[in-house]
Amino acid sequence: MGIIKIKDLIYEYARHDDEGNVESVVRAVDNVNLDVKKGEFIAVLGHNGSGKSTMAKHINAILTPTEGTVWIAGKDTSKAENIWDIRQSSGMVFQNPDNQIIGTVVEEDVGFGPENIGVPTEDIWKRVDDALRAVGMTAYRHHSPNKLSGGQKQRVAIAGVVAMKPQCIVLDEPTAMLDPMGRKEVIATVRELNEKEHVTVILITHYMEEVIGADKVFVMDSGKVVMQGYPREIFSQVEKLKKYRLDVPQVTELAYELKQEGIPLTDGILTIEELVDELCRLKLKI
Amino acid sequence: MSIKIENLNYIYGKGTAYEIKALRDINLAIEDGEFIGLIGHTGSGKSTLIQHLNGLIKADSGAIYVDGENIYQDGYSMKKLRGKVGLVFQYPEHQLFEVDVFSDVCFGPKNQGFSEEEAAKKARLALQSVGLSEKYYKQSPFELSGGQKRRAAIAGVLAMEPNVLILDEPMAGLDPKGRDEILDEIARLHRERHLTILLVSHSMEDVAKYADRLIVMNKGSVQFQGTPREVFSHYKELENIGLSAPQITYLMHALREKGFSVDVNASTIAEAKKSILKCLRANAEPEEV
Repeated sequence: MGIIKIKDLIYEYARHDDEGNVESVVRAVDNVNLDVKKGEFIAVLGHNGSGKSTMAKHINAILTPTEGTVWIAGKDTSKAENIWDIRQSSGMVFQNPDNQIIGTVVEEDVGFGPENIGVPTEDIWKRVDDALRAVGMTAYRHHSPNKLSGGQKQRVAIAGVVAMKPQCIVLDEPTAMLDPMGRKEVIATVRELNEKEHVTVILITHYMEEVIGADKVFVMDSGKVVMQGYPREIFSQVEKLKKYRLDVPQVTELAYELKQEGIPLTDGILTIEELVDELCRLKLKI
Repeated sequence: MSIKIENLNYIYGKGTAYEIKALRDINLAIEDGEFIGLIGHTGSGKSTLIQHLNGLIKADSGAIYVDGENIYQDGYSMKKLRGKVGLVFQYPEHQLFEVDVFSDVCFGPKNQGFSEEEAAKKARLALQSVGLSEKYYKQSPFELSGGQKRRAAIAGVLAMEPNVLILDEPMAGLDPKGRDEILDEIARLHRERHLTILLVSHSMEDVAKYADRLIVMNKGSVQFQGTPREVFSHYKELENIGLSAPQITYLMHALREKGFSVDVNASTIAEAKKSILKCLRANAEPEEV
């Protein structure tokens, strides 16, 4: 079994009228199966309301299944006695860092999590040191989080999760509010955590460029997983992605449009380098 | 409607230990009917600047002329200004509060002193122009999807019939299709209703595609302004101030380095496609002598 195993997950929420009677039932997650191995980098795409955040909230037991089972590091999330272990194995980072940062000084904020689970003081400091180093924010440890840029704040929020030493981190649109440099910083930080610390990553995003380095991509639509595969396989299907209200990176789209014009390019070009190489190859032939 | 900003300065927490100079000597002119993209790193002063434009924040020094009138002169009606310059905040859905969509959109014009009837007429027009059909009118705004909520909030500002529409990152958190739909809607309002648009965005790709002119802010000052092509030609400097150029611009530079005679200032997919095709076809068919 992988670090995250989701089997036949269904999640429904009920709408109530003024008297508290159930008006309607909405199925937000519909029969999702997912098996994530330790150390993998997984990306989840899907339009607003496709169920990806609802699914993600099952990974650290913020929500528990209506039907089906979710195991995190082998522990069933629906059993109340497992909740503490699960929240320690699996951390979550949200869209707006301001909602996640509570400390008035960066290092105190990062230390809050480990302190809360009763880590001895000297270990807390070690964890804070390590976490801040991992996200490249050591120089700001004595700063107030208020004075940081968006990308820096989000890295502090990530450090707060890293200090809990989770085996996997779920990031729900962590770059939606950031400027281009902030987006780059955060994605580079997440990549490094995955590569160097072998933290399993589940990245939910609307930015297609952030997905190209993932080991596997899942696409959700109306609560179901409708596509899965390597980034190249997924992004070769431009029309299908657009049908699901998604997009492809700009270079992929350009390559696709050039191909429509009769330029013989391969499918699923993901990076600038790949497109440049392909065009150079064609130029030589001419 | 034209806006002219002269030597504008604004300091947060003036006189305290936390004093921050948020705007430094801003000089800008926005012409009637322009579509402007306002970009800058987080904390560069974009949001502070746009809040000045409808009088939510008062500058410490400098002047803002709207249609030639200084908004800081005695007797200038801020209420009238707010009717002319509509502001849609980031996460516009937080601006929604009424029991149903229709009453929410009516709130603005009613507040401006229009009768129920007139307000309803304006609300209907505004909802039509953002593409929300009648079946949503009686729904609670909180039951709408993310994209629909934003449309409802934008309609709430449009119902006041402003001449200038300022939007602070209206696309943040929307899926790609939702992003395109909102932007297309804004572009249509610009075209059909001749609205002056000031769009704040962190997406270089979006502003390159939609804006006529870009204003780049850095640490409270205006660093660059010009067409997207002109501004993105400074892509190295933009990186130093927390921004970047669209991915396409980097591709064009990489191609040029490999000896392709492509247009390095192309900043949209359409421009790049045209330039690359032209270059490839010129190579394929030797020029006639």
